[in-house]
Amino acid sequence: MSDEKAMSDNQIDSYKRRFLGQSAAIAGAATLGGGLVLTSVAGARPAEQAASSANRWGLLIDTSKCASDCDECVKACETEHGWGRGSTDEQHSRPEQKAQWVRKVTVRDRATGHETSLPMMCQHCAHPPCVDVCPTGASMKRDDGIVLVDKHRCIGCRYCMMACPYKARSFIHEALHEQKTESPRGKGTVESCNLCVNRVDRGEQPACAEACPEKAILFGDLEDAGSDIAKRLASEPSTEIRGDLRLDLGVRYQHI
Amino acid sequence: MKRYGYSLLPLLVLLLTAGAPALAGAPKPDIPEAIKGEQCVEDTGFMRRNHMELLEHQRDDTVRRGIRSKKHSLKNCFTCHVVKGDDGKAVTASDPRHFCRECHDYAAVNVDCWQCHVSTPEPRGDKL
Repeated sequence: MSDEKAMSDNQIDSYKRRFLGQSAAIAGAATLGGGLVLTSVAGARPAEQAASSANRWGLLIDTSKCASDCDECVKACETEHGWGRGSTDEQHSRPEQKAQWVRKVTVRDRATGHETSLPMMCQHCAHPPCVDVCPTGASMKRDDGIVLVDKHRCIGCRYCMMACPYKARSFIHEALHEQKTESPRGKGTVESCNLCVNRVDRGEQPACAEACPEKAILFGDLEDAGSDIAKRLASEPSTEIRGDLRLDLGVRYQHI
Repeated sequence: MKRYGYSLLPLLVLLLTAGAPALAGAPKPDIPEAIKGEQCVEDTGFMRRNHMELLEHQRDDTVRRGIRSKKHSLKNCFTCHVVKGDDGKAVTASDPRHFCRECHDYAAVNVDCWQCHVSTPEPRGDKL
């Protein structure tokens, strides 16, 4: 009951925000005049303001720039969130059991032998199967399209790991000690790429996009027609991995 | 009636004499001073009774809605409530001297925050 109320309150809030945003845009356009319209850049919203469905965060990954021997994005993720080489925990887990938020994958065209290297992480679906199957509401999609696990509610059942077509989620099998302040992780819960939600909320881009030496990972707002990512998606070909599942992914790839 | 009165008398005396020192010096948790020594984000009495409500509300707002106001965040607790160990570093929640442990041990209330969250202030920006 209280959940329903909270949800309707949130909805009202989002209506209010949209209305205020529109009025602000009109005011901005009015003061600038001459056909100039203010467009919001991917700046930080105030800390007190909730994530809004006016944004949808996503990535565009150009695999033609992605070298097979480079894993700077994976390293940056490990450092940011304290998994893999970013931590000395998980000593007893087998490699396939250990946390893996992002991995480098090589795909090979059988007919031509051409190999493509790409980073693979949570694809931040608009219709995420992991959210559909979660029995506790822990696996969730934020209003701005970021899919993540609310570990306060996660019971570690791992249904979401089964449901994910991208093998994006990991389960933590042992007690951890070296977590990052901004990326709490713990035994008995499932986790995955959260698009560096901590950085995005500060107005920064995800660690992988920042670390890529070839600038192959472009982060931005898919809802904002003026953003670099939306412009490139509109003008250049890109593809979803397993697009046949029609999950409407937030992460798109080029040249595969 | 009289019979009961006589048999209870020694017990009553024993209770009174044993209870007196306990009343005078009942053990109390030794709450560490905040390092900044200022007023907490809310009134001290309010915080002692309601900190769990504030933290729980904030955690849902932060994780599920992306509201990251600092005031009632766990991270903000540890900007002031830090206990330095013998080596000069902040002690973690595995140490009974930790700010949270001091009362939680006394009240025998076990919290599982520290299975995931760090219990010390952390300098950011370390590289691989």
